[in-house]
Amino acid sequence: MMELYHGCLDTKEIFGRWLDEQSDSNYGAYIPFVGTIRAEDGIEGLSFDIYEPILQQWFEEWVARAKAQGAIVKMAHAIGDVPVHTSSYISAVFSPKRRVALELIDAFVEDFKANAPIWKYDLKGGKRLYAEDRSTPMDGAGVLA
Amino acid sequence: MMIKVEFLGPIAREPMEMEATTLAEVSAKLKADERLAGWLEKCAVALNDTMVTDLTTPLQAGDRVSLLPPVCGG
Repeated sequence: MMELYHGCLDTKEIFGRWLDEQSDSNYGAYIPFVGTIRAEDGIEGLSFDIYEPILQQWFEEWVARAKAQGAIVKMAHAIGDVPVHTSSYISAVFSPKRRVALELIDAFVEDFKANAPIWKYDLKGGKRLYAEDRSTPMDGAGVLA
Repeated sequence: MMIKVEFLGPIAREPMEMEATTLAEVSAKLKADERLAGWLEKCAVALNDTMVTDLTTPLQAGDRVSLLPPVCGG
């Protein structure tokens, strides 16, 4: 399941609900990941644009990869402005045993950073500035160059 | 045939329509646009919301080509 919210995430509600949803699923491991916006470089927060059709496809490929290992993945992300010290991204993996979940959360979060169609902006001094220096070209970038 | 090109995220350009039968033709036309200089080599491309990497990909009338600049979720 993928969830998108305008503004910061209610991490406790979402993680608690995900846990409740799987309470009878007999998974032995549940590994949550929380991305919290740090106060650095004078930013007031971050802002996000998302292209949902391709994000949904990217996520569904991960659902299939997880399923092949008997696991499930979940994620939630913010759209628009998110203040420092709150969360813009959370994800989680459930699996029968811990090893699959530990490895999957690592691969899932890293590929998220590299290939999920989400664009980040710094909110600073009333401006919304594309975080170009922290952004990564997606796989296959440059085909039109 | 007429296709549509859209620019996602920070490129901040309005969508444009153009005549093209392959992605190579789209590439040639976009390279002629100075305002896109610097973006093309960093952008991934989707055709009707499916990622594509082959310039010979044929296009149909009404197709939608999307440019996806460098990403940073989380």
